[in-house]
Amino acid sequence: MNGVHDMGGMHGLGPIAPEPNEPVFHAPWEARALALTLAAGAWRRWNIDRSRHQRELIPGPDYLRLGYYEKWITGLIELMVQSELVTREEIAAGRPAPGAPKLSPPLIADQVAGVLAKGGPTTRSSDRSPRFEVDDRVRARNLHPTGHTRLPRYVRGHLGTITRRHGAHVFPDANARGGGEQPQPLYQVRFEADELWGRNGFGRGAVYLDLWEDYLEPA
Amino acid sequence: MRDDPEHHHHHHDHDHGQDPPSDWALRVKALESLMVEKGLVDSAALDAIVDTYEHKVGPRNGARVVARAWSDPAYKARLMADATAAIAELGYGGRQGEHMVAVENTPQVHNLVVCTLCSCYPWSVLGLPPVWYKSSPYRSRAVIDPRGVLAEFGLSLSDEVEVRVWDSTAEIRYLVLPERPAGTEGLDVDALAELVGRDSMIGVALAGASQP
Repeated sequence: MNGVHDMGGMHGLGPIAPEPNEPVFHAPWEARALALTLAAGAWRRWNIDRSRHQRELIPGPDYLRLGYYEKWITGLIELMVQSELVTREEIAAGRPAPGAPKLSPPLIADQVAGVLAKGGPTTRSSDRSPRFEVDDRVRARNLHPTGHTRLPRYVRGHLGTITRRHGAHVFPDANARGGGEQPQPLYQVRFEADELWGRNGFGRGAVYLDLWEDYLEPA
Repeated sequence: MRDDPEHHHHHHDHDHGQDPPSDWALRVKALESLMVEKGLVDSAALDAIVDTYEHKVGPRNGARVVARAWSDPAYKARLMADATAAIAELGYGGRQGEHMVAVENTPQVHNLVVCTLCSCYPWSVLGLPPVWYKSSPYRSRAVIDPRGVLAEFGLSLSDEVEVRVWDSTAEIRYLVLPERPAGTEGLDVDALAELVGRDSMIGVALAGASQP
């Protein structure tokens, strides 16, 4: 979707403000927001692509105003409601509905280290043989899907060069909408700065992105 | 919740230190209490997750990787060939570090990492990202004006230096291998790791500088 989250190349979003000696969390609730999101993910009612998309669906003005963990909590509540882990009434009341069954958490403390150490690799075996090779010239397709995609607007229509093949990875566009993983080849693609930004671009250099095969066409 | 006008003037998570508990703090507390009561999450598991990212997984991990690469040419070769495996040799990996690629700074090439679509970041070696990395200003500008961004961080590059920006929008995570500072020839891995700050592994600082 062409949302405000896809902000690469925009101007006017304010100064970058690094904070000296920044703490990992700025308040205890941020730590709990992170932990709740990770722990709720263990129900496997949604995947990482769906959860990213849920945050993208926050209306633009709110998306720009909310902090990182505020967006996370906003997304988490929506995911849990849609997955029927909680109801909006329970969120509003702050307690389980009368008679709601007590469930068993799928992630307990002893499992946390192992689960985080394992992570969630997205490489998959695939019958689909890669269409492109290193050094091939490609063009990022001019696509404007209304759902989740990881093809940023600023590269669409532009020419690049394949610099690495990553094997087949879960395709986020499909996985986010419940269409299954549909793994396909993922490539590292180099876009020259002047190709993306014109002759007044950032001078000598390039931007690299990892793009799925369906985002690319031969050039 | 976003339709609730009461929440249209809440505190950002980077506006900290001077405010009473925000409505977000109260909301998250209520949400945790609901989720624990329903049996959706285990309180001790939440504590373990927080402890992991507060105390165990952070930029010291990445600094060990960089220092080892500076000290051991064979390790550096493995890191450049298969960063995920080389990083795993030091015991690091897992969530948001499943598929790693290392990119090397040289006198001719400077690398910078961003995620323009959200805030993807190599947690396994750098921990959780700083607020500026997750912010709209950085995400928007890093790909169009990296030299200006770097200058704001105090890093002015010659026009001759090629800038490579890595927009990590898939599940590949990038670690910048900064240049080893001059005059560090006698230092061992532990001492070298002390010179490697988080920002140098994102690419907005040099190693050995006083930045984080």
